[in-house]
Amino acid sequence: MSTAKIDRRVEHSHHFSSMQQEYEAGKQGVWIFMATEIMMFGGLFVGYFIYRFAYPEMYIAGGDSLNWVQGAANTLVLLVSSFTMAQAVTETMKGDNKKALKYVIVTTACAFIFLIVKYFEYSAKVHHGLFPGFDMWNPDMEYIKSHIRDTSLLANFSAENLRLFFVLYFAMTGLHGIHILIGIGLMFWIMKRLKNNEFSSKYYTAVEGVGLYWHIVDIIWIFLFPLMYLI
Amino acid sequence: MAHIVPLNVNIKTLTTLVVLTITTVVTAKYVDLGHGHYNLLLAMFIASIKATIVLGWFMHLKYDGMMNRAIALCGLAFLALLFGFSYIDLFYR
Repeated sequence: MSTAKIDRRVEHSHHFSSMQQEYEAGKQGVWIFMATEIMMFGGLFVGYFIYRFAYPEMYIAGGDSLNWVQGAANTLVLLVSSFTMAQAVTETMKGDNKKALKYVIVTTACAFIFLIVKYFEYSAKVHHGLFPGFDMWNPDMEYIKSHIRDTSLLANFSAENLRLFFVLYFAMTGLHGIHILIGIGLMFWIMKRLKNNEFSSKYYTAVEGVGLYWHIVDIIWIFLFPLMYLI
Repeated sequence: MAHIVPLNVNIKTLTTLVVLTITTVVTAKYVDLGHGHYNLLLAMFIASIKATIVLGWFMHLKYDGMMNRAIALCGLAFLALLFGFSYIDLFYR
């Protein structure tokens, strides 16, 4: 058995019988991870809907207090980043590491823009006492009331139920934000490997795997955006 | 080896997703479908279309083998199970 480093661009690991088999096994592993991601966020979405049907007015009041323009801008940023990531995979598959690197750099820039916008959103919420933890919950009711679309909702208003919306908001967008952070880490890994010209038209598993992860993060935001900001 | 998705297909996918995002915002913000949860249902319907497009084209499931499709569907099936039982529990208890 050899422990020498193999050139993955042209040869497969010794415990696989071909490059094709190694590629398919690796990609399948990423897909299994994607299935677990769907189920993990799925649990949070089920929680969102259960409490939504219990306290619909709180969700409308909470959603109205969020800045939907910032949310929509972030949606577009993530869609563009998904496109550049898909394009990075395309270029890597063609064997053009340089072009792929440029696309991954744009993807990473989009991820940072997303987090910067998120920072402004979070700090505004914290400023109005809407962070439901660390003894920071002290809701600015004037702020909530000034943003509410349907004033008839104010009749049966309770700050405790509103807190539930913000628990879900911070838990779901926070977990999503952690995924963006991890994604940025993966992007840097991919950028380093693309820079070293480690991929070829026969070996691009890592780029495609990170791509799949990045698209699932995008899909989660596709659902989070209307549920949190719009509806 | 695998199918390479060309640039123009990726551009078309992005354009469709952006158009659907604008549709989501317009229908949720400026079209009132009245009481009940029709606005919510419409927004979720559009989001599902968007997710399907991302899965199919950006994530290459359209060009992929049956195994990866089955794995993705498995995740979604178990999620549907969770939604289904929660629904029954919530509304028929």
